Amino acid sequence: MRGHRRLSSLRIIGRYACAGLLACAFSGFTQVVNAGASSWPTPPAASTPPPPQISGPLQGGTADHTKFAELKGPFENGSQVTQACLSCHTETGQHFMKNIHWTWSYQDKNTGQQLGKRYLINNFCTNSRGNEGMCAQCHAGYGWKDEGFDFTDETKIDCLVCHETTGTYYKKPNSEGSPACSVMFEGKPPIDFAAAAQSVDLPQRANCGFCHFNGGGGDNVKHGDLSTALTQPPRSLDVHMGVDGLNFACTACHVTNKHVWAGSRYQIVSKDTEGTGLPGQRTDVATCESCHGLAPHPVDSLAGFKLNDHVQSIACQTCHIPEFARGGVATVIDWDWRTAGKTRDGEGYHEEGYIQGNGDHRYTYKSIKGDFVYDENIIPEYDWFDGQMVYTTIDTQFDPNAKEIEINGFSGSREDKRSRIWPFKRMHTWQPYDKGNGTLVYTHLWGEDDTAYWGNYDMGAAIEKGMADFGLDYSGEFGFIETLSWWPITHMVTPKEQALACGDCHTPKDSRLAEVKGVYLPGRDRNRWLDIIGTLIVAGTFGGILIHAGIRFFSPKGSHH
Amino acid sequence: MALHHVKIFSGFERFWHWSQMLLIVILLITGFGLHGFHNLLSFETAVTWHTGAALALLLLWAFSIFWLFTTRTWRHFIPTITGLWGVLRYYAYGIFKGERHPYRKAYWRKHNPLQALAYLMLKIVLFPAIWISGLAYLFYFAWRDLPDAPAWLEGVALVHTAAAFAILTFVFIHVYMLTTGHSFREHVMPMVTGFDEVDLTPEEEAYLRKDEPEQIR
Repeated sequence: MRGHRRLSSLRIIGRYACAGLLACAFSGFTQVVNAGASSWPTPPAASTPPPPQISGPLQGGTADHTKFAELKGPFENGSQVTQACLSCHTETGQHFMKNIHWTWSYQDKNTGQQLGKRYLINNFCTNSRGNEGMCAQCHAGYGWKDEGFDFTDETKIDCLVCHETTGTYYKKPNSEGSPACSVMFEGKPPIDFAAAAQSVDLPQRANCGFCHFNGGGGDNVKHGDLSTALTQPPRSLDVHMGVDGLNFACTACHVTNKHVWAGSRYQIVSKDTEGTGLPGQRTDVATCESCHGLAPHPVDSLAGFKLNDHVQSIACQTCHIPEFARGGVATVIDWDWRTAGKTRDGEGYHEEGYIQGNGDHRYTYKSIKGDFVYDENIIPEYDWFDGQMVYTTIDTQFDPNAKEIEINGFSGSREDKRSRIWPFKRMHTWQPYDKGNGTLVYTHLWGEDDTAYWGNYDMGAAIEKGMADFGLDYSGEFGFIETLSWWPITHMVTPKEQALACGDCHTPKDSRLAEVKGVYLPGRDRNRWLDIIGTLIVAGTFGGILIHAGIRFFSPKGSHH
Repeated sequence: MALHHVKIFSGFERFWHWSQMLLIVILLITGFGLHGFHNLLSFETAVTWHTGAALALLLLWAFSIFWLFTTRTWRHFIPTITGLWGVLRYYAYGIFKGERHPYRKAYWRKHNPLQALAYLMLKIVLFPAIWISGLAYLFYFAWRDLPDAPAWLEGVALVHTAAAFAILTFVFIHVYMLTTGHSFREHVMPMVTGFDEVDLTPEEEAYLRKDEPEQIR
């Protein structure tokens, strides 16, 4: 199905061009009609159904799921819907259970590191491990609340979260949690599973966004370039997803084969050297080059030629995403767990202290999490990146007195052929760690017991339980350490008119790439001594000329010759 | 020997001079802009103009070198020390006394020794330094994967910038020299009309009057 992607994308563009022309022609026509019928008492109501999102070259599908007897219901729970799905899509369960949305596990082939949400520690809510009752709301399955979850039971797959389009479907924590938290999830209307089941379609942005826009515990908290602003974005926010533009669904780029998606933060293609490939190829990546090719700028000027040359060392994202956390939704850039746990009258509380671009208030303090700093329209950090992240996992030992720990350090350089200069979101956090052993810790945040941090606010007890549950060594002494995590920026691609200009980097002052090493960047770099000597020589010559001319002017006969 | 109005700068030579002047001015302005000394132009515009002007200048130079050798006029630039000290002494001292310039243009020697030496150095040192480094700069994309390419590029940029400072210095002196005679206009006009006062031998005069009367007034 993905075989003719390149041709098809041209076809899509062509179709949109035609549609655009038709729309223009039609709007002209309606204007004439309106002008002629201005006395019409009640103009027809404008009906604007949301345009269909583009998920790939094929449109329309071959089945109307509202007509399937299997989906008439009634269903008591999501798992029953899944069983109905699997009764026709017989192989999908086996396909699905291999993907990372199900396993939450990924082993890095280069470093051998065990990665995946199931194991990792991040510098937001820190760890899902042991807190699945809460965190696995975003597991594409039903009921993962502890180690007892059966990862081989395909009836526990959650088809609806990705495929239902009513917008009424939601998920709740898989376990009760502390009463202090569970109140947040009370009083929701019951889900009409049959309606949801009959509404299935290819995943829309809202489906993926249900989790991916809310990573880190809230809208755009984690990624910075993935927020609810992308649910119905204007073209100016994202040139591919814009509803007034191409209106791509996520899977238009994150191409899918047997329910395995291209594009991964664990396995990043920092430089695609294959480009579009031939028809029938390139179903494996979500890189810009897989559609746009290796020479994406039209060579109609010297600048176009130079830009295509830049592809060697500059990731597309670097110029084409000048700022992230745009569209009115802020991202968290700094998190301080040291201040968590303050209570008023024994109860946790929260404070709002930031009003973001779209007018919404954001929490700047929560007893359960600490202090947050938000920012929007952020200029990324830039550095050479070869695509390889090396994680500080629960198994990594470090100097307990280290100033800073990189949750996911990365490498890259000018010399490395796989490296390019990439934009990053930099996330800084003060988070708990094992001061005695020099390791990060699993914190037991979510639970009904009296050690769960959320509700009891005892960090020491929460760490002790979080570590003990998984047989991990804990010295008994925790502290807080500064951590950094790096998020390659790849969404919120602007229309080309808003891309960076040459002078944003090639400038002596405030160059976007001021900190990037390993290159001689014309305009940014110079030999200071040469500039001083050269300027002195030119100025000295000019001064000499003035003196010479002065002597000529004032000497008795000099003015004649 | 007598002074005559003789055409010493052919049409091509004048075209060469003035188009070269224009291109060098463009290159200096855009080049120092690219270097970050001013912001009159966007980087993109400056690169485009700088590269376009440089390629045009290289083409012009290709024609001019061909012209120099096919017309034998390259011999005007052979360096000599004969009379060099006289010219140097004049600019350092005599000019303030109202002395007459010691050099008389000859038909096959239209530049004074200092001029000839200066232009020769421009042709064989400064210009090659700037165009060779410039082409290396421009074609960086072709050698960027060689070992230590960024360090080499830095060296190339250093040579290119140093040559640019030197050429700017030359331009200042060159233009100032035009003011040293009777008038600025008198110095510029030969490069406009082609005619200047030249000391002709009787044989040269006879030849010109008989065979190339349009070259002499």
